[in-house]
Formats: sequence, structure tokens, C-alpha cells
Amino acid sequence: MNLLADYTLRNVALGSLVLGVVSGVLGCFAVLRRQGLMGDALSHAALPGVCLAYMATGLKTPLVLMAGAAASGLVGMLLILTTIRRTRVDQGSALAVVLTWFFGIGVVLLTVVQKRNDANQAGLDKFLFGQAAALIAEQVATMAVLGLLCLIVVSLLFKEFKVVSFDPEFAQTVGLDTGRLGALLSGLLVVAIVIGLNTVGVILMSAMLVAPAAAARQWTNSLGTMVWLAATIGASAGVCGALLSVFQENVPTGPAIVLVLSAATAFSLFFGSARGLAWSRRRARVAT
Amino acid sequence: MSSGSQIALVAVAAGLACSLAGVFLVLRRLAMVADAISHAVLPGLVAGYVLANGPNLLFGFLGAVVSGLLTVYLVETLNKTRRVTSDTAIGLVFPAMFALGVYVISRYFPNLHIDTDAVLHGEIAFAPFDTLALGGREYGPVSFWVLGGLGLFNALVLTALYKELKLATFDAALSATLGFAPVVLHYVLMTVVAVTTVGAFSAVGAILAVALIVVPAVTASLLTTRLNQLIPLAIAVGVGSALAGYGLATLWNVSISGMMASTLGAVFFLALLFAPARGIISQWSRRRRQREEFATDVLLIHLATHLSTPEEAVESTLLHIERELGWSPDRASQIAVRAERAGLLQARSGSLQLTQEGQARATQVAAH
Repeated sequence: MNLLADYTLRNVALGSLVLGVVSGVLGCFAVLRRQGLMGDALSHAALPGVCLAYMATGLKTPLVLMAGAAASGLVGMLLILTTIRRTRVDQGSALAVVLTWFFGIGVVLLTVVQKRNDANQAGLDKFLFGQAAALIAEQVATMAVLGLLCLIVVSLLFKEFKVVSFDPEFAQTVGLDTGRLGALLSGLLVVAIVIGLNTVGVILMSAMLVAPAAAARQWTNSLGTMVWLAATIGASAGVCGALLSVFQENVPTGPAIVLVLSAATAFSLFFGSARGLAWSRRRARVAT
Repeated sequence: MSSGSQIALVAVAAGLACSLAGVFLVLRRLAMVADAISHAVLPGLVAGYVLANGPNLLFGFLGAVVSGLLTVYLVETLNKTRRVTSDTAIGLVFPAMFALGVYVISRYFPNLHIDTDAVLHGEIAFAPFDTLALGGREYGPVSFWVLGGLGLFNALVLTALYKELKLATFDAALSATLGFAPVVLHYVLMTVVAVTTVGAFSAVGAILAVALIVVPAVTASLLTTRLNQLIPLAIAVGVGSALAGYGLATLWNVSISGMMASTLGAVFFLALLFAPARGIISQWSRRRRQREEFATDVLLIHLATHLSTPEEAVESTLLHIERELGWSPDRASQIAVRAERAGLLQARSGSLQLTQEGQARATQVAAH
């Protein structure tokens, strides 16, 4: 069997690879800015946008649905940031409120769409719950282009993003527009989420952002290395998970990827060369 | 009893049980833990299924609760290693648990009827189909009794531990010094949340369960800072939104759970905008009023400084004031009109003159 020639396998593996790289890179910044759970909230917040995009256009092409998802993700993000900034509501509460509100609206819209009796709507909800095995070449191409755009922006503004993530106050004193850079980073996060919805689904998306970054962090103290490592870990887990799901019967891709990622993160937490728990315990024992 | 009123009863019970469980969770800034628990119960449901050798309410319930508490424990353990921040810890644990659940179901029980999507947006509309039958008589929907029991349980726990939870939430250090065992309290609260989440999601779906737990308390916290007002307010928001959401869903013939969550969110949004002291609009108008008061004071002091000096005639014209204070013509006349209305100055042939009150005010401000 020629592996690369297999259409499904190629799409699933390539899609997961793209997702792994992009979410690995952007996850680093999200984790450093303590916005790890933003991914969870925004992926849920994408649902009403997907429904509205479909209702407005009657199309189910990936780009239309992704645009809708991104739009409502951005609105959700703005609402979260405004709530945190303007009131004493903490980040977790703001995330949970926006997540459930938008998802609730999305579920309502889904029932509205389903009642319109057009056969075309079938599977709209699948867009959100991820079904990597059904990825088509067109979707993978859209994901790759969007992902590449994200990576280009990150590489152009790497220094600025670094300062904003580590020391926003210093960034302000050296004259960087921290508000706008922060919003841009969160906007890129939304793009990464939109890329991932199709592949791993709403719930597992947060792991795609958080886990590669958390794993990479245990091996290095430099952001540059961390970003490369997270991209590599994300990509490898993506491909491994995709292969696992294709060669084992009845194993969905998303959960397979996340389980591989979780194992990699657990390993890194114990044996990571920079902060691994195993080493610090041994060091403590040697010291006493 | 009609199925409509049965659903309404379930909604009231869910609103009561969940909003009670959410108060201290939100005050302790752990709202996302409810979300994590609601997703992480899946492997526990599977374990309950395997242990009971088939679908079993009690085993499924216990398995899910244990699974939820295991999530809390894993998050705490990860936090304690100090290798990751607390939000990262949550973001690592619950997707792993959920993925494990989905993996085990699809790999080993491909024919098992646990629809993972349905776990997310379960439907309260099915509540009347599952009625409690004892000795040949029916006593209404099972979920009403489950949620009503949970509401009672939560109320008892909160009443019994009210003082302890209050102190541990607002002054953790003092509470620990007094010997209130913060870890025990934390796990008691987490058990309340886990039990409520599990009990609620089988009836209303995970997302609505989280909405009913978190949104009422957050909304109430925008409206009051007093704990003894916050709790009844949260209950009112929870029960009221659940009922209103049910009404709207029947009216428009859409998903009931979805509409309840949408109503909860809308109530939060209204509070965010219009809350009397902490709402965005009242903050905005307060800032605006402060800016105007400050500008008026600046104007009064300016006029007072030049009062009865040779330059007074020049200094007190609106045109000069615009230039000297850097105000736009609109702003200058707006502030002047505001001050005139307050009886602090009088405009006479293009120049502004302080009244007695205006002079007194200027002296008072300058003395600060």
C-alpha cells in the first residue's frame, strides 16, 4: 500500500500536521499570556457564527463557515476582554459566561436551521465536532493557507509579541501599542482555532493550544526554542494521532491526537531537560 | 401533569441547584473548573457502564462524580508542581479525560449508545419521558427528583458551612490560621459542584449545566457586593432565566436548553451594561461626570485667579479661556453653561463672572 497515495490518510495527516504546527506556535503565546483557556471559550463561541454564515449564504464551503466561525469568535473575544477590563469579573468567569452564552445561541440557531427542511444543512454541526477522517483536499488547502498567514505574521512580529507576552509594561514604555499587539495575537489565536475545529472539534481544541506549549516549556527557557519545539511536538502528535486513527479500527482522529499530546506533555513534565520534575527531585535529594 | 409544566418544574429545580453550587465557585475564581468537570465526566460514565455491566443510573452517576473529582485532583496536583499555570493545568487535564472517554467508547464499545455530542447539548425536552414510577404510580420526571434533591443537598451544605466557606473565600490566610482545613473545604465545594454538574447534565446537557452554575453567580456579583444579597439574587437569575428561556423556546419552537443558556447570557449582558454601580454604562457616565466636574473646577479657579485684577476683562472671555485651557469651543461653552446652570457663574456680554457661590467653590477647591 502506497501511504502517500491514500487520499484519506494524506488529507488527515496533512490537516493534523498543519493544525499541530499553527496551534503549537500560537499556543506558546497564549500560555505565556495566561490565556490557555481562551481557546476553549472561543472554539465554543464559533458555533453561532457557523450557523449564521450558513443561514446567510446557504453554502457549506469551508471558507464561508470558517469566516463565520472567526467572526463570532472575535466578537466573543472582545466581550471577554471588555468584561475583564471594565469589571471585577475574573477571566475564568468571563470565559465560562461567554462560552455557554454563545454556544447556547449556536444550539438555538442549529434547531432553526434544521427546521428549514433543506437537505443541504445535514452535517453542519459536524463542522464543530471535528471529523478529521472526512477532511477533503479543499479544506486542507484552506487550512494550510490560513496557517501559513499566521506563521508569517508571527515571524514578522516575533520580537514585539515576545515583549508583549513577557512584560506588557515594559512593552508600553518602549512605545509598543500593547493593546493592538495583544488583540492581534488573540486574533491569530482565533484563526488557529478555526483551523482546528474541523479536525479535532470544539472540546479538544484547547488541548491543541495548551499541550504542545506546556510540553515545550519544560525543555527550554528561551521563547524561540520553545516555539520551534511546540510546533514540532504539535506536528508530530498530529501525524501520530492521524496514523493511529487510520490504522486502528474505530478510533477517531481528534481524541487520538490529544491522547498522544497528553502523553508527550506528561513525559515532558517529568523528564524535560530544563524543568523536569524528575531532575529537580534528584537535585533536591543530592542537596540534602 | 402536562409535559410542559413538568419541563418547567425541572427547569426550576435545575436553576436552584446549579446557582447555589456556583456562588462560591465563582467567588473563588474557579468558574472554568465547572466547565472542565462537565467535559471530564465521560470516562467515569464509561467506567460506570463497564462496572455495572450495562446502563445503570447509580453507577453512571458515581463514575461521573469520581471522574469529576479526579479532574479536580489532577489539576491541583499539576498546579502544585508549579511547572504550569492554573489555567494551563485545566486546559491540559479535561481534554485528555474527554479524549480518553471518546477513545474508549469508540474503540471498545462502538455499539454503546453514548452520543458524545449529546453529552454536550443534552435536551431538557426529553425530561418528561423518563418518569419516576414507584409501586405502579408515577411521580413526575426523574430529573426533577434528582435536581430537587441536589438543590436541597446544596442548600444544606452551604448553610452548614456558610461561615467557613465565606472566610476561606475572602480571607484564605485567616481561615487557615483558624484551622478551617482549606483543602477539605475545597474538596467539599468541588464535590458539590461535581455532583451538581453530573446531576444537571444528564437532564439539561453539559453546556447548560455550566451556564446555570456560573452565569447566575457572575451576574449577581455585578449587581451587589454583599454575600447575603448575592445568593438570593443568583437563585433569582438562575430560576428566572431558566423559566424565561423555556417560555421563549416554546414560543419560537427552538432548542429549550439552548434558549435557556441564551437567556442566561442575555441577562448577564444586560447586567454588564446597566448594573447600577459596576455596569459599563454607569461607569462611563460616572467618568464623564467626574471629567466635567473637574473641568468646571478648573474654570472656576481660572476665573478666581484673575478676579479683580487688571487682566480680568481679557482673561474671562470665552475665547481666551478656550486658548488658555486648551479646550475646543464646544467644550468651553458646554462647561460654561454647566457652571452657569449650577449658579456658579454668570455670562455678561461675552465675559464670565463668578457668583458668590462660584467664588466660595473656587476657594474651597484651591484649599485642597
